This record gives sequence, C-alpha cells and structure tokens, in this order.
Amino acid sequence: MKAIDILGKVAAPAAAAIGDAARGAAMRRGIGAAAAAAMLAFAPTALEAQIAVRGETVYTMAGPAIQDGVVLIGPNGKIERVGRASDVRIPDGYRTFTAKVVTPGLVDAHSVVGLAGYMNQEHDQDQLERSNAIQPELRAFDAYNARERLVEWLREHGVTTVHTGHGPGAVMSGQTMIVKTRGNNVGEAIVDSVTMVAMTIGPEVARNFNSRPGTTAKAIAMMRAEFLKAQEYARKREQARDGNAPARDLKMEILARVLSGEVPALITAHRAQDILAALRLQQEFGFKLVLDGAAESYELIDEIKAAGVPVIIHPTMARHSGSLQNATMETIRRLRDAGIQVALQSGYEGYVPKTRVVLFEAAMAAAYGLPFEQALASVTIDAARILGIADRVGSLERGKDGDVVLFDGDPFEHTTHVCIVIIEGQVVSDGCR
Amino acid sequence: MKRSVLLLTLGLALAALPAAAQERPVAFTGARLIPITSPPIENGVLVVQGGKIVAVGAAGSVRIPNDAEVHDVSGRVIMPGLVDTHSHIGGGSGGDRSSAMHPDVRILDAIDVRDESIQKAQAGGLTTVNIMPGSGHLMSGQTVYVKLRDGRTIYDLLYCKDVLNEICGGMKMANGTNPIGSSPFPGTRAKSAAIVRNKFVQAQEYREKIRRANGDPSKMPPRDLEMEALVQVLEGKRVVHFHTHRHDDILTAIRLQQEFGFRLVLQHASEAYRVVDEIAKAGVPTSIIVLDSPGGKLEAIDFSNESGAALEKAGVLVGYHTDDGITDSRFFLRSAAFGVRYGMSREAALYAMTMAGARMLGLDDRIGSLERGKDADFIVLSGDPLSTYTRVLQTWVEGVKVFDLNDPRDYIYAVGGRGAGVVTTYHHEGMEGH
Repeated sequence: MKAIDILGKVAAPAAAAIGDAARGAAMRRGIGAAAAAAMLAFAPTALEAQIAVRGETVYTMAGPAIQDGVVLIGPNGKIERVGRASDVRIPDGYRTFTAKVVTPGLVDAHSVVGLAGYMNQEHDQDQLERSNAIQPELRAFDAYNARERLVEWLREHGVTTVHTGHGPGAVMSGQTMIVKTRGNNVGEAIVDSVTMVAMTIGPEVARNFNSRPGTTAKAIAMMRAEFLKAQEYARKREQARDGNAPARDLKMEILARVLSGEVPALITAHRAQDILAALRLQQEFGFKLVLDGAAESYELIDEIKAAGVPVIIHPTMARHSGSLQNATMETIRRLRDAGIQVALQSGYEGYVPKTRVVLFEAAMAAAYGLPFEQALASVTIDAARILGIADRVGSLERGKDGDVVLFDGDPFEHTTHVCIVIIEGQVVSDGCR
Repeated sequence: MKRSVLLLTLGLALAALPAAAQERPVAFTGARLIPITSPPIENGVLVVQGGKIVAVGAAGSVRIPNDAEVHDVSGRVIMPGLVDTHSHIGGGSGGDRSSAMHPDVRILDAIDVRDESIQKAQAGGLTTVNIMPGSGHLMSGQTVYVKLRDGRTIYDLLYCKDVLNEICGGMKMANGTNPIGSSPFPGTRAKSAAIVRNKFVQAQEYREKIRRANGDPSKMPPRDLEMEALVQVLEGKRVVHFHTHRHDDILTAIRLQQEFGFRLVLQHASEAYRVVDEIAKAGVPTSIIVLDSPGGKLEAIDFSNESGAALEKAGVLVGYHTDDGITDSRFFLRSAAFGVRYGMSREAALYAMTMAGARMLGLDDRIGSLERGKDADFIVLSGDPLSTYTRVLQTWVEGVKVFDLNDPRDYIYAVGGRGAGVVTTYHHEGMEGH
C-alpha cells in the first residue's frame, strides 16, 4: 500500500502492516502517522468494516459482470473476495447488503468540490486565485473543506473518490489532489496530496486577470518562460555542492517536479488551437500531460493519439458556449473508439448547478452512444488509471479499497436510485436517492 | 402602419405555407402512443392532416385514409411535443438597467429566430416555448409564447395572429435576490414588494379611468405602455410568470397575486416543497426545473428535486421548464425521469412536460395532448420517455417535421459540433440575471 502523507512524501508501507496487526481496533488511512493517531476516535469498529454486498449484477470493472455476485469487505476496509454467490461463503458476523446492481465507488476524474463551495459567495470560492496568473505553488489541501455540501452531494450519488483542487482559469492555478468523499477534515479524506498541477490555455484566462496575460499567445509565452526557469532551477539544484544550492522557491520546486515527470500537468484546453498548444508545450518540455476539458479534441484525434496523452473530457452536459461552443455529446465515444485513454469529469461550474455529478454525465454519454460498460469505466477504472490510483480504487478486486455503490436498477437510468454508498467498508450514505 | 400590417400578413401567409402543403393526410402506425390525457395505446395509429390531429387510436379502430402517406414507426413511442414554460432561447434581451420595472418591454422585439438555440430546442423535442426576458428586474418585460415552427421571422413562430393588437405572451416578474441591487433597483425584499404594489395600484387607477371613460375618447387617460400591459395583467389576460426561489419569496408572490387578482404561474420555486400546502390552497400552478446539484446561488442552496412529488401530492398543477441557458433544451426530457426518481408518478411527470405547460400558458385548447382536433405537435422517440437511453428521433410541429435525427443538418444540432455552436448563448447581463 502506497500511503502518501499530507506533506506529499511517500510513506513506508508500515501503515498497512500496523493496520493488519491492530485488526479490529483501527484502520489506518493513507495519511501521516500524527493524523492517523488523531483519527483513532473516529475509526470504525470491526463490525462496521466487515461487510458483504450481494448484487443481482455486480460490475467489477475487472472482467465481465457477475450475475448474483458477492463482494466481501474485510475489517481493514479492503476487498477480501469478489465472486459468484454460489462460490463465496459470507462469513458469520458480516453485515450483508443486497442490491439489484453493484458497482465500484465512482471516481470523478476532475472536480473543484471542496474548494468551490455551493453558496457561490466570495468566501467559499477558493478554486481560483486571481492575484497572479501563475501560482503552481498553491496546494489544494490548504483549501479543501471536507464538510462542504457538494462533497456530501457527490457522495450521496455514489462518487467515492474525487480528483479536486485548483480549477481552470489561470495560466497555472495550483495543485490538485485526490480525496475520498468522506471525513471531517482533509486529513481524513486524502488519498494523494499532490496529484497534478492545473493549467489552462484559452481565452477565459485573459478575462480573469487585469494585466497579463491579455492574450492566449502571451499566456503560452509566459508558461514557456516559467518552465525554462524551472529547468534552470532544477539544473542548479542537481549540480549544487555544499552551500551553493539555489534558494528554495516553492513555485520552482513544484514545476521541477512537473518537469521531472513526477507530477503531471493537467492542462485545460477546449479549442483545437489551445489543445495543440498544450501538446506543443509537452513536446518542448517533456512533462507528463493530461488533457482536460478538450471540447474540440475530436478534431485532433490523430495528434492526441500520437502524443499518447490521456484526456479527461468535459461533462457531457456542459454548456456549449464560450470555448465549448463546438463541444459535442459524442466526444468521449469518438476518442475512446480511436483508442485514446479517456475519463469523465464533473468539471467547474460558475453558477447553477454548482457541480455536476459524474454518474449523470456518464449516463448521458451512454445515451449518446458510448457503450454501457465503457461509460461506467469512464467514471471508475479508466478514471482511476488516469489518476494513477488504479491500485486502490476503480474496480472491485481483492486487495483494493472497499468502495462500493448499491443501486436499485441500471445505474444510468435517471429513475434508478443510489441506495447505499460504502467507502473503505464504512456505510457513508444510506437511503435511496 | 398600414405597411407593417401588410408585411405582417405576408409573414403569416408564408408561415402557413408548410402546413398548407400538408393537405395530404399522414399516418403513423405501429408506435406506442402516449396521448397524456388518456391511457397509452400499444400499436397505435396517429393521423394528422392540415396541421391538426385528425385521429388517434389503436390499430384497427382508426381508419387510415386511402391517400395517406403512411410512416411505419413500429417500436417507437409518440407523445405530444414538449412544452417549456420558461426559456431564453433566441438570444433576446428584455429590460435594461435603467429601471427595475419594464412592463412595456417585449421580448418578441429582440428574438433571432435563426439563433441555433431554437434548432437545438427542436432537437430536444420542444414544440412550444415561453420565451422570457431575464430575471434581473422586478418586472423584466413581456414574454412571448412561440411554436417552434421552422421560421424565417418571429412572426412565423408566434401563437398570436395580430402582433399589434393581440396579447402574445405573459409578463415576467421576479423577486428574491436577482432584482435587488443599487438604485434604481430595490435594496431589500420588502422594498421590492412595495415597488410592485405601487405599480399595480397605479394600474388599477388607470383601469378605473378607462372604465369611467366608458368608450368616450375625450375622457380616456393618455396612452401609457406600461399601464396598458399591467391592465392586461389585472384583467387576467396576461399571465404573470413569477421567478421565485425561497419559500418566503414564493409566499410573497402569492400574496401579490391575492391582492391584485392576476393569473400567476410560479417559476422555479426552488423551495416549493416547504410551502406546498400554501401553494395548493392558493391554487397556483408551479413550474419547476431539474438541477444536478443545489446551490450556485444563495437562494438555491435549499433547492430540491423533490418539489415535483410534493406538489403533485398536494394537488398543485406542476410543470417543468429548462430556463435554457441554465439547462440545455436537448436534455429537457430528462426532467420527467428525475421527477419520477424523486417520487412523482409517471403520469404526473409526463403530464408536467406537456399538458401542464399548455395549461399554464393558456394554450391547452390547442396543444399538450394527442387528441383529435389539436395541433399536430408531437415527437417520435426511440423508446420510453423516462429512459436515459431514449433519443428524440423526430419532432413534428403542425404536421411538419422540423427535426429528424437522421438528417445530418439536424444531427449536428442534436449532438453539437463545429457549426452548431452559439457564440454568445446569453445576451443579457450574464448568468447573474437568473
């Protein structure tokens, strides 16, 4: 188990070992030891974590769907077994839930929930800092409100994992992170503290800033200059001998991690020319790129495929205005058909509704021709893969997190309800919605 | 004056052309028909001619005229065209920032019928739409009821025949935070209500002067465009479509209605579930919207998709709208399914998409159901209207097909793409006006 603490350091796998040793007493989550200790008071009891979910249809997203399947979640919150009910004995003492359809907890590949609050007032909008167009040093976990109503809203609708953080709108707006949609604070929620650095190429950027950039071309020049500085910073740091290391520079430190390929750049670009610019930057500086939004990506399928870049596509129901004026409801299908790695997102909304729900977005993608299992994959395993967390979430497999959603019918039918949501063996939402 | 009337007549004549061309009867066979005002018919037959429905019934019970053009739509579902009680398609703007009250402003003076949003609405299965000015005023102006015919000019889309003398729509009003602002806008809710009451009191006096003149031109008050429109409201000839969110604001709208006796339709009513008994007691129809999450503005933080079921149970006439701009017309059909998801009956949810809207606009004698004699406005669906996977295949208005998913020129409006975009979907002061 790769545990990442709140300071972004990769912790030793000791946490899992402790968890096993203290079976029934406490469950360690992927956070620092101090935070874990503080959490003991909230730790689930063994009984709560021992759960059996039986579904008429279980979409594991790791092989074909299982008819009359069972998912067992052990006391450490991990999946112990997945199989046909006829093959899997439910141990005594396991709390059993049944449903028509069972899926993995949904993964929202890109959101701003927790930073962009539902009131939409100045005090609860932390997704975009306008003091400077380039601020990759801003950390998502310094602004995340785990108790935000929209986090709860996503959880109630089956979303258990969210890639969230600084939003689109600045040349470099800040860092993103991955959380589970639970917990009373960021420490209890966090899965990965520094996931990507959010950047935007498009005309909306100039509108957000008074002085620079005033145009998209200028914004790209600014990005290139910043990456050149970061290359130089990284070079100096690498060649430093005693005493002559460059002074710490938070902006340069994170960009050096982008340049080294450790932290991908998440570039929101909708128009074809802006997507091409993102690909060009990636070629020039060699960072890992994840394309985001990408409304006109269907016109650049060859280029995107050649670059081997995954795409987190705008919500199917995103408004087709501004940079998205040429968006289509079929983009995800067209990219997936071409063999491009894709996922769906809830995105950023400036007004009503304040967030979208990937369950509904995937449903609409399916309505516009994306095959059912591909649509489900776009909000489970495919999203997890793009985010680099497929070892923990996105499918129902032994050893993965016990994140499970129970539906009373086809998950994509609008008339179906999300009835129970389980995160790491804990029931976090109960009651059909 | 004479000249404009002439042009107008010409416009109407052109509008009548497609319908006139449809003198040959057209029959649709094999589909499941959902007439709304009567139970669904399996393997039904729908016959239309001259823009009207001439027969609806089960196969065998309906005579298909010998000269009819027959469309085999087996396996499909046909229901009435959808009615949207609140939309901003057509790119028009109503009142400006010079006043909080614009009863004289007509949205029909500002609509571009070639705006892509209209074709997208056809792709969504909408056939009748109440196009409204924004909600950034206590009174944003006069709304217009349009039929989504393929039109060259606004005249081709109007319900009213004589645009200079008839009432062609309703009156948009709003309370809560949208109309509140710096002068000349009210600063508080109570001031908002007072401004509106003063205006209606003036309109009552104006109406009284007209009554006393008793037809004598020398005794008539001077013409006043604001007063004339408000007298139409007072006389129940022009329906008030009242944008309102919070439960207390809903009650304020009802109180104004009770004081001045106008015909009222509540629009949005985000917290309707909190005051359903009061709405039911007042007998006020309510049009709601489906949203994917609460919030986005303070008044909508307690929004709930459960209002539909609560209103249905209380016996309120409940309809749906897109507020297009806010939600896309192409996803309008989803409203019914969400109504059912949150507790509405299937029948009430489908009624809400069609007949309820027709009644709210006072057009239920012409549209809203599949009934003999009504306008031939209907949609052909690939499956059940409540299913996510169902697509609108065709939209027919007065017997003329205005959208066909199989036509590449229409397809782009159904799914989007280069050429289907709207450069500026919203021409009034941004989304804040909502």
